Amino acid sequence: MIPKTEHELHKRRKGRNLALGGALAFFVLLLFFVTMAKLGDGQMIMKGY
Amino acid sequence: MSDAAIDPVPRAETAAPEAGPRDFLLLLKPRVMSLVIFTALVGMLAAPAGPGPVIGFAAILCIAAGAGAAGALNMWWDSDIDAVMKRTAKRPIPSGRVAPEEALGFGLGLSVLSVMMLALFANLLSAALLAFTIFFYAVIYSMWLKRATPQNIVIGGAAGAFPPLIGWAAATGTVALEPVLMFGLIFMWTPPHFWALALFAETDYEKAGVPMLPNAAGEAETRRQIWIYALLLAPVAILPAFTEVGGPLYLATALWLNGRFLRGCLAVRRRGAAAAAGDGFKVEKRVFGVSITYLFGHFAALGLEALLRLVLGDYAAPMVLL
Repeated sequence: MIPKTEHELHKRRKGRNLALGGALAFFVLLLFFVTMAKLGDGQMIMKGY
Repeated sequence: MSDAAIDPVPRAETAAPEAGPRDFLLLLKPRVMSLVIFTALVGMLAAPAGPGPVIGFAAILCIAAGAGAAGALNMWWDSDIDAVMKRTAKRPIPSGRVAPEEALGFGLGLSVLSVMMLALFANLLSAALLAFTIFFYAVIYSMWLKRATPQNIVIGGAAGAFPPLIGWAAATGTVALEPVLMFGLIFMWTPPHFWALALFAETDYEKAGVPMLPNAAGEAETRRQIWIYALLLAPVAILPAFTEVGGPLYLATALWLNGRFLRGCLAVRRRGAAAAAGDGFKVEKRVFGVSITYLFGHFAALGLEALLRLVLGDYAAPMVLL
């Protein structure tokens, strides 16, 4: 059985992973809202013909 | 200077295995970034056409990320000299918290992402200007000018002057006289601002072998140059008052701030090395502080003028001469 001792390294890595996850989530939201704004402005009209 | 003097402790022995999120944030030079955000935002607000709050916010974020990326690349390149200067020795790379390769990858990745996203969010012109700014700061200033000439800060200052121009370009898709004057304001302000700092941080730059004006041309010449640049800066700073982005509020602010700055720079010009050393560079430190409020004041006034025009319409139209 592997002992479950949390090393300083794990703490740092966890913090880094959480920050990266947060940044990615923020980026997805930003893309969503910019797309909505551009669609609202008529800058991204999709032509189906 | 030997390599051992520049990098006294082998990095492999000190490098942390995992840098924390805070270390990466510090790589972006948050204090410089806050100035970039502020001036880019004013450039965007002062523009005659706005991109809307969402796209405006996204564009400012890209400009800030691009500036941060340039800061990370600068820290990667300058880690050897940062290690010997007291002011910069605790930065993430020289202190061993972030490996140089990690900083390089982070800076390059963020540069590409910020430019690409600004092109998609706003327009190609603003993205091209951002790409040029990153290149100018990382390559022209950091890699070439900084260690080559005591005039490093004069030309290198252009990198810090671009954000309002990029903000304006992101909003309008063009460049006009007004953002060029905002560029000129930061460009002409940078040398006296940094030389005032270099006067009292002189020994640090000398230790690192960076040819800052005080250690390359002498303290007296630096004082003379500070005064000359302050004189040249004043008309550039006052001129926007008579353009579409100016108005009475900006004019009053610019006149007051320039009077204050010129008085301080003249005091610096008239002092000798002995008097400065005697009181611990009191006047030089004060002028450095004044220079920070000087730039903030001008851009805050431009931002307020933009808000006034939003409420009152083109109220300052009779003042527009340019």
